[in-house]
Amino acid sequence: MLGKTLAAAQIALLVLGVGNSALAAQPIKIGALFAVTGPASFLGEPERNTAQMVVAEINRAGGIKGQMLELIVYDTQGDATKAVQAANRLIKEDRVVAIIGPSTTGDTMAVIPLVEKEQIPLISCAAGIKITEPLKKWVFKTAQNDSLAVAKIYERLVRQKISRVAILTVSDSFGSSGREQLKAQAARFGIQIETDDTYGPKDTDMTAQLTRIRGSQAQALICWGTNPGPAVIARNAKQLGLKLPLYMSHGVSSKKFIELAGDAAEGITLPSGRVLVAELLPESDRQKKSLLGFVKDYQRHYNKEGDHFGGHAWDAVMLLKGAIERGADTPATIREQLEKSRGFAGIGGIFNFSPQDHAGLASDAFVLVEIKNRDWLLVK
Amino acid sequence: MNLSQQILQYILSGLSTGAIYGLVGLGFAIIFSSTAIVNFAQGEFVMLGGMLSVFFLEVVKLPLWLAVPVAILTATMTGVAFERLAIRPLKQATPLSLVIITIGGSILLRGLAMLFWGKDTHALPPFSGNEPLTLAGATILPQHLWIFAVTLLVITGNKLFFYYSISGKAMRACAHNRRAASLVGIDVQRMVLYSFALSSAIGAMAGIIIAPLTMTSYDVGIMLGLKGFCAAIIGGMSSGLGTVIGGIVLGLLESFGAGFVSSGYKDAIAFVILLLILIIRPQGLFHRGESERV
Repeated sequence: MLGKTLAAAQIALLVLGVGNSALAAQPIKIGALFAVTGPASFLGEPERNTAQMVVAEINRAGGIKGQMLELIVYDTQGDATKAVQAANRLIKEDRVVAIIGPSTTGDTMAVIPLVEKEQIPLISCAAGIKITEPLKKWVFKTAQNDSLAVAKIYERLVRQKISRVAILTVSDSFGSSGREQLKAQAARFGIQIETDDTYGPKDTDMTAQLTRIRGSQAQALICWGTNPGPAVIARNAKQLGLKLPLYMSHGVSSKKFIELAGDAAEGITLPSGRVLVAELLPESDRQKKSLLGFVKDYQRHYNKEGDHFGGHAWDAVMLLKGAIERGADTPATIREQLEKSRGFAGIGGIFNFSPQDHAGLASDAFVLVEIKNRDWLLVK
Repeated sequence: MNLSQQILQYILSGLSTGAIYGLVGLGFAIIFSSTAIVNFAQGEFVMLGGMLSVFFLEVVKLPLWLAVPVAILTATMTGVAFERLAIRPLKQATPLSLVIITIGGSILLRGLAMLFWGKDTHALPPFSGNEPLTLAGATILPQHLWIFAVTLLVITGNKLFFYYSISGKAMRACAHNRRAASLVGIDVQRMVLYSFALSSAIGAMAGIIIAPLTMTSYDVGIMLGLKGFCAAIIGGMSSGLGTVIGGIVLGLLESFGAGFVSSGYKDAIAFVILLLILIIRPQGLFHRGESERV
C-alpha cells in the first residue's frame, strides 16, 4: 500500500516536473499538414520525415534563440476535406503560429480560404502554379512550378532543333497539370504537339499508346507521370524499339525510377531539382552546402536517400526558421519576415520572396539530368 | 511503321494483357463455382505472389527458381488460412455477407502488405532475358512467352484436374448442387478449402509472371482484381477456357481502344463491357443458360 502511494507520488512529481519545464521553455508551435498515407504518400512521407528531422536538429542545437520548436503533424491522406479539418484543428486547438504543407495542390487550394481568414502564414509544399498565382497574402510555397520543368525541357529541344513532340501523360492531377503546361507553352517555343495520349496511374502496359506514337511524325517523346507508370513506359519503349529521344518529368527524379526501369532508363533525360546531383555540382554552386547537408542528415536519420519532395519541407522549415531568427514571433510578423526572405539557398533553389512573389524561384531551380550507366549525368 | 504492323502489335499487346486478366479471372471462377462466393480478395493474392517473390528474392536472397515456388506456396497457405479463419467459421452465412468478408479480407491483406513491405514499387528480374523478339515488325518480350506458356499450362491443368481427378470431380459436383454432393458423401467444406487453395495459387502465379513486366506494389491487386472479375464475368464464371477467352477479349478491346480511339477510354471500355454482359447475358458469352444444368 505504502509502495503504491509512493509510486503515485513519484509519478505526480514527474508529471509536474515535466509540466514545469515545458512551461518555462514556451516552445514555438508549428503546424504541418502532409499526405503521409494515401495516393500522395510518396510526397507526404518524405516531407513529414524531413520536417521532423529538421525540427529535431534545430532543437538539438538549442532551438532558435533559446526557444524550442514544437512540430504538430497531421495526416491529410491527400483528401481535401481532411486537410481543412486538420488545418482548423491546428489553428483553433493547437494555436500554431504557422503551417507547413499540405503536400498536394488540391489539399492546399482547399486550405487557403481558411488560412486567409484566420491570418496564419502557410508554406505549401505543393507545385501547382495556382497556389501563388494570383498572389494570396498569407500563402507561400517551396515546390518548383511545373511550368519551370516544362520550360527546361522545351529549351533543350529548341537547342537540338526538335520541333515535333509526342506527349504521354498520366491521368491524375500531376499528369494533367503537366499536360496543360506542355500544351500552353508549346507555341512559345515553336513546338508542335503531334500526339497527345494519356494513361491511367495503375496501367501496366502502354505499348498501345507507344505504337501509335511510333506511327506518328514526332521527333521526341515527353512523358509526364510518377512511378511506376514512366518505368513501364521506358520498358515498353525499349521493347518496341522506339528510337525517339525520351524525356520524363521531375516526378520520377529518384533512384527508384532507375531501379524500376533498369536498362530501359539509359539515355532518358529529365528536369530535376539539384538534390539528385548534389555531389556533381561545382563548388561554386550556392546551394551545394544546403544540399549536401540535407542528403547527409536524411541518410543518417532514415537510412534512405533524401529526395526533392523532402527538400520542399526542408525549405519550408528553414524559411520559417529564418523568419523567426529575424525576430518574428506572431503569425503577422512571421508573414512579414517570410516575405523579406532573399537569396535563401535551399534545396529547391534560391528563394527570393517579395510582396509580389510568394513562390520565389526562377527556372534555374531545375537542372537537366540524363541517365547514364544507372546514374545521373548533369546535362550542360 | 505501317498499319498492319501496328495492328499486329495491338493484337500481341492485347493477347498478353488479356492472358493475365484471364489467369486472375480463373481464380474468381474456381471459387465461385464451388462456393457461389465472389472472392474479391482474389486480386490481393496476385499482389502477394509478386510481392512475396520480390521478398524471397531480394531480402531472403533465395535464387529465382526457388523464390517463385516458395512465394506460390506462401500465398497458397495465406489463401487456406483466409478460408479457415474468415469464411468457414460463419455458419449459414448469406452469399452477400461472405462477399463483404472477402472485401474486408482484401483490405486487410493490402494493409498488411503495406506495413511489411512499404509503399514502394518493386520489379522482379525477367525470367529469361530482356531482348525483344521481333515478329513481322511487331515486338514481344521473352516474358510474354512465359505468360502464354503458363496460361496454357493452367488451362490444361485445370481441365485435367476437374475432369479426371476425384477431387476435381467432387468440386464440380459441389458446384452443381452442394446438398446432393454432401448426400453422396463428398466433404463439401474440404472442397471449398481446395478451391481457395487452388485459386490463390493460380492468382499468385499470375502475380509472379507479370511482375517482371508490370512491376508490383502493395496495391496492384485492386485494378487487376477488377479486370480479372470482368474476364470471369465475360467467360460466365467457367473455370476453364471461357474465362481466359474472356480475358483475352478484354485485353484486345483495351489495346485496340487505346490505339485507335483514345487511351483515356481504356478502363471505361472494360467496365462498359462488364455492365453490358451483366445486363444482356448474365450467364456469360459462352454459357448456354442456367436452366439446362438442371
